[in-house]
Amino acid sequence: MLLNQFLILSAVLFSIGVYGVVTRRNGVMVLMSIELILNSVNINLVAFAAFREAIPGEVFALFVIAVAAAEVGVGLAMVLLLYRNRRNIDLARIDSMKG
Amino acid sequence: MVGFFFSQVQGLDPLTSDEVLVAQNVFFGLIALVMILAALKMVTTENIVHAALYLVIVLAGAAGMFILLGAEFVAVTQILVYIGAIIVLFLFGIMLTKGSFGTEEGEQRERNRMAILLGVLIVAVTSGSFIDSFRDAELNRQAPSTTADIGDTIFGQFIIPFEAISVLLLAALIGSVVVARRDQ
Repeated sequence: MLLNQFLILSAVLFSIGVYGVVTRRNGVMVLMSIELILNSVNINLVAFAAFREAIPGEVFALFVIAVAAAEVGVGLAMVLLLYRNRRNIDLARIDSMKG
Repeated sequence: MVGFFFSQVQGLDPLTSDEVLVAQNVFFGLIALVMILAALKMVTTENIVHAALYLVIVLAGAAGMFILLGAEFVAVTQILVYIGAIIVLFLFGIMLTKGSFGTEEGEQRERNRMAILLGVLIVAVTSGSFIDSFRDAELNRQAPSTTADIGDTIFGQFIIPFEAISVLLLAALIGSVVVARRDQ
């Protein structure tokens, strides 16, 4: 197997995740697209770990999984708070900090 | 490694390394196709619950990729943490915040076009630089990494990042409870 096939797969997944973050207006959908991005990063890390026959790449993939879990917890708490205060989670309508 | 499982099937001769390579590439192609299609459906579907289920497909495919790369422990952790915990969290978030969405507007369509352009640009630039840097670099890991190696590395070389991660998880736990609590 070539290293490039994994790298290009993760580039494609990354750009799909970026597309989701930019276009979706639902706060939960934006968080899910961020998960897609973090997952493509993980594929990259593990591919390089296999390429260089080194363990630290896999360890960093595990760290990324832990950080993603923390990020989802805080992000969903913020989305729930927004929903409770404004009764919708449409990110296009959250503009009270707009300059 | 896929060849290892195949060679355990009775009545079949052990696969030669060329056949193993073909099997690995076939599995890679199948999983990659399913992952990309599911990811595209995930970011375009209107139903958020379906989007969460498409995300499950993508995450399971990533676990399959990790197994192809010889990283079983990361694959199992991926399934346990992502599919077992994070997706359930997402489903709770979706159930608790349902409803109240406007329809697509002209401005939204304009933004979609710009986002497609952005995505294609990202793929073109990163793929171009990957192909330029690693033209035909082969992955030829013979033995998959063992969980004992990963444990040794985490609790030896990376003990301080590990402790930092555990403090981060505690901070995120307390922070999300404080943010989402009803009475202030």
